[in-house]
Amino acid sequence: MKSFTYERAQSPAAAAAAAARHPDAKFIAGGTNLLDLMKLEIETPAHLIDVNGLALDKIEPTQEGGLRIGALVRNTDLAADARVRRDYAVLSRALLAGASGQLRNKATTAGNLLQRTRCPYFYDTNQPCNKRKPGSGCAAIGGFSRQHAIVGASDACIATHPSDMAVAMRALDAAVETVRPNGATRTIPIAEFHRLPGNTPHVETALSPGELITAVTLPKPTGGVQIYRKVRDRASYAFALVSVAAIVQRDGTGHVALGGVAHKPWRLESADAQLPRGAKAVTAELLSGAKPTRENAFKLPLVERTLGAVLTEAKG
Amino acid sequence: MTSPSDFELSRRKLLAGTAASVALTAAPSIVNAQAPTIAEQNAAAGSATLKVSFTVNGAARDLTLDTRTTLLDALREHLHLTGTKKGCDHGQCGACTVIIGGRRINSCLTLAVMHEGDSITTIEGLGTPEKMHPMQAAFVKHDGYQCGYCTPGQICSAVAVLDEIKAGIPSHVSADLNTPVQLTSAELRERMSGNICRCGAYSNIAEAISEVAGRPA
Ligand SMILES: Cc1cc2nc3c(=O)[nH]c(=O)nc-3n(C[C@H](O)[C@H](O)[C@H](O)COP(=O)(O)OP(=O)(O)OC[C@H]3O[C@@H](n4cnc5c(N)ncnc54)[C@H](O)[C@@H]3O)c2cc1C
Ligand code: SF4
Repeated sequence: MKSFTYERAQSPAAAAAAAARHPDAKFIAGGTNLLDLMKLEIETPAHLIDVNGLALDKIEPTQEGGLRIGALVRNTDLAADARVRRDYAVLSRALLAGASGQLRNKATTAGNLLQRTRCPYFYDTNQPCNKRKPGSGCAAIGGFSRQHAIVGASDACIATHPSDMAVAMRALDAAVETVRPNGATRTIPIAEFHRLPGNTPHVETALSPGELITAVTLPKPTGGVQIYRKVRDRASYAFALVSVAAIVQRDGTGHVALGGVAHKPWRLESADAQLPRGAKAVTAELLSGAKPTRENAFKLPLVERTLGAVLTEAKG
Repeated sequence: MTSPSDFELSRRKLLAGTAASVALTAAPSIVNAQAPTIAEQNAAAGSATLKVSFTVNGAARDLTLDTRTTLLDALREHLHLTGTKKGCDHGQCGACTVIIGGRRINSCLTLAVMHEGDSITTIEGLGTPEKMHPMQAAFVKHDGYQCGYCTPGQICSAVAVLDEIKAGIPSHVSADLNTPVQLTSAELRERMSGNICRCGAYSNIAEAISEVAGRPA
């Protein structure tokens, strides 16, 4: 690990300002992704700003009837919150399908959104990777690509976003609240938060340098049957090959987001509109223009079958 | 094939080598100073140190550490509490599991300096050979290990799992999110999935935990 200096932030605005003062700084929350990558020298911050002391660890009702989840709320606490279990079950389910009990106890809401890809070539510093080293190439294209993206990828990068939580948040129309080094705050809809790789796969989100996530908000509960189905190589403690977050209303309308298929949680409102027509129609719309590799073409039928099973379960 | 004595030899050589390289890196700062502090030595080597105080197994501990030191390395290398094990060092195996403020975490994926004021329990703090924690005793009774390397992490994790169930925290296999968690074998196994046992002693581990939980495996 490269050497770094360390400070404990005193307020959200002070944390953002400190990040602006140290161009090579990173925030550290649970540390479960950042430290992993620092040990491999994939991340090499010269300064760490510990945000764990900030009072951003509460889940509170919003004026609009939704919930504001502090950036530091641990994944365990978010999944176990009685309001989330009752009104946003898809979010509880997605969190519980991710990582392990130990990791969920540390992992935070903001850190989970910002966790980096699990592409094995991103982790292997001997391999070219445009995300790790812009301009070096992409070893996954033409390499082992079983886990990689089938939609929204580019000639520069075919990585997927690994978060389960973010897929449920996309289906729930969440929004990300931030503060910037100049003190200005803004709200970014989750749909615009994660980016597609394009020619700059190292730029993964809409955040600007030094911008700190303070909370994630959920709109008023919409009811419906809420399901998160994750398909993976083991029954527990593995990243998704494909996952489906679905909110289905009694009249058959609803929202569907996919994990494991793209550089961001994948949802198209035009595909939601196909929900009353069934899994085949929704999948055709969601995956139109899909460009799988030979190794991950299995994800196309897997999405349709997983969604089919979810919609059958939703009918009860 | 290496015989056990070859291994001993190379291990000793390795230790000697490590000591030599430590002496080498420390050399420049020693040349022109009488007794450089750890902080000065590290600054010369381009690293930063910080003081941190926390409680381990009920005893107050103050350390001055390189900021890079993980909690795991602080426990093992600085406090010589070697019960907590280093397996993968990347949060994947659970051998480093400790309990902080009642919650189990992977001590390899957190920095020691992030734990100012925290109260940490390791396997040494759960019980002693003379006065074992019920979970330790159950692991012995049910032979919940073979080589024993993952065992401290398994036991710390298991103790915390039973508290998580008592606190009503649901899991991936809980059938209903809005009713109390059922104490089933599937629940225990799912909750223990962050602790890998390469010997595959899982069925005995499950029996040990089930006994302490008060249910048939
Ligand atoms: C073995 C293993 C298995 C896993 N399995 C899964 C899985 O199945 N599903 C899944 O979804 N995840 C999985 N994870 C990933 C885990 O969910 C993430 O590591 C975790 O959510 C990251 O949260 P953190 O708080 O620890 O982030 P950190 O490591 O502290 O930070 C991650 C990033 O977020 C930034 N950051 C943190 N807080 C803020 C803030 N407030 N504002 C701006 N930036 C911030 C940091 O600078 C860093 O770049 C797994 C991890 C491991 C190690
Ligand atoms: S897919 Fe993306 S992350 Fe993986 S090697 Fe290619 S550029 Fe890197």
